[in-house]
Amino acid sequence: MESLPDFDLIRPRTLDEAVKARQKFPGNRLLGGGTDLLVNIRRGIGDAPTALIDMTNIAELKTIKADAKKLKIGASVTIQEVADDSTIAHHYPAIAEAAASIAGPTQRAMGTLGGNLCLDTRCIYYNQSDWWRSANGFCLKYQGEKCHIALKSKTCFATYSGDLAPAAMVLGAEVEIIGPNGQRRLTLTDLYSGDGQNYLTLEEGEIITALSIKKEPGLRSGYEKIRTRQSIDYPLAGVAAGLCREGNKITDFHIAVTGTNPKPVLLDGTAHLVGGPLDDEFFNALDKLMSAQIKSMKTTLAPGNYRRKMAGVLARRLTKKLFDNYCQ
Amino acid sequence: MKKIVKFTLNGQPHVGAVADNILLIDYLRGMGLTGTKTGCDGGECGACTVLINDQPALACLTLAPTVQGARVETIESQSRGGGLSDIQLGFHHKLGSQCGFCTPGFIMAAEGLLRRNPQPNDEEIREALGSNICRCTGYVKIIEAVKWAAKERGRGVR
Ligand SMILES: Cc1cc2nc3c(=O)[nH]c(=O)nc-3n(C[C@H](O)[C@H](O)[C@H](O)COP(=O)(O)OP(=O)(O)OC[C@H]3O[C@@H](n4cnc5c(N)ncnc54)[C@H](O)[C@@H]3O)c2cc1C
Ligand code: SF4
Ligand code: FES
Ligand code: FES
Repeated sequence: MESLPDFDLIRPRTLDEAVKARQKFPGNRLLGGGTDLLVNIRRGIGDAPTALIDMTNIAELKTIKADAKKLKIGASVTIQEVADDSTIAHHYPAIAEAAASIAGPTQRAMGTLGGNLCLDTRCIYYNQSDWWRSANGFCLKYQGEKCHIALKSKTCFATYSGDLAPAAMVLGAEVEIIGPNGQRRLTLTDLYSGDGQNYLTLEEGEIITALSIKKEPGLRSGYEKIRTRQSIDYPLAGVAAGLCREGNKITDFHIAVTGTNPKPVLLDGTAHLVGGPLDDEFFNALDKLMSAQIKSMKTTLAPGNYRRKMAGVLARRLTKKLFDNYCQ
Repeated sequence: MKKIVKFTLNGQPHVGAVADNILLIDYLRGMGLTGTKTGCDGGECGACTVLINDQPALACLTLAPTVQGARVETIESQSRGGGLSDIQLGFHHKLGSQCGFCTPGFIMAAEGLLRRNPQPNDEEIREALGSNICRCTGYVKIIEAVKWAAKERGRGVR
């Protein structure tokens, strides 16, 4: 029995071999733990790949280098390894908390950081079998003409639902990339286009090799998410926050949200909120930023409006928690 | 493309020729090891859980050629010379299995847990079984079954 289309499985041992394989096999896809990609291939979502290049056999992508100054996580490190790392938990808690909240334990042990950052955007009209989607005339994101969420829309609103990206964003993370033209670095926020269809800005043949973060002294961070069940489910909304406090004042503040928009959103304008206490004025201003930038359409069974409101609740709650528990 | 894959299957050396696009679940079931179940089409239910190097893994999202050199264990490995293992007995005594479809996956996830944490508390059991779905039991009986097995194993009974 064959559940998958025919493809070659390439298992490079070095990054160099992987970059070359990407050029040698047109129509290839990178395979991490496969917990997103293989599901989609089974459902006929996305053009059938001619080759899968397995990233999990490349030793140089499987290391975590963490200390109190900087963090570098290789793309093929598993989500469970990220969740279990004590240095990450101590110095970059938002990352550890986000990792621990992903899917369930078996998926976490299989899924990788690279795959999590590049997770395909999701929608109830998209994450379905070929048969289901065909009965609906497919949709704009793949094979179809229309968006069933917004009938007149020319763009797709499928939701970015990875948990790690927002956590890394509030810490100012960058991704390291290698491709046919050599290496480059990109601020994590610039990895995402904001379009549900072509959601990443990676160029043809590029590979993410690592996530890197320089620790800002004094910045405390955390992650909170709501989902239908306490395990397995993707976020209905997930919020990461990072802040600094001096005395009664909040002196630095970053919020990022997943599970709502077609990209993880690092909230714009939070710099204007700092300098004062955490009072009603602060929270009202935060609410305003959230409602202007967090837009969730009905891409999940839960209403978009509910997810947007919940994102606001999580943002307030998490900010207050980090502020109240702040220690130098 | 086909690959020769060599791995340890339920304690025995195994060599097979397998096409690149074959999932481990289909490979195992195709050779008669039908204890491992397919419950969903998307990595959501855990019915296909096997152990790969002691770690619970979803056979429905694992390409068969990638288990090269690994130790793979399926529910069939729980058989104790025709008798039941401690975890199987736990499911039997504590009524942790009703229709039984999810049971092989739960047992393999529990086996993975007891190997790394022989005396788990309730919270740890819940957490470790968090990738497995059961539509019948309501989970309480499954947690009792795993606790029962941990106790037996603690007494040296397997
Ligand atoms: C039931 C279920 C529940 C889930 N719940 C959650 C959840 O709550 N939160 C969450 O965030 N995720 C969730 N996931 C998705 C998934 O398990 C994780 O996001 C995981 O980290 C994905 O990693 P992977 O290695 O398995 O990705 P893969 O499926 O291997 O790859 C995903 C994408 O990333 C690309 N890719 C992989 N590696 C690289 C690289 N190095 N460079 C560039 N591109 C790359 C692939 O080509 C593919 O497009 C869930 C999955 C399942 C099956
Ligand atoms: S938002 Fe519209 S186009 Fe995008 S996946 Fe959903 S139905 Fe398809
Ligand atoms: S068959 Fe459902 S998770 Fe594998
Ligand atoms: S016993 Fe029926 S699904 Fe678990």
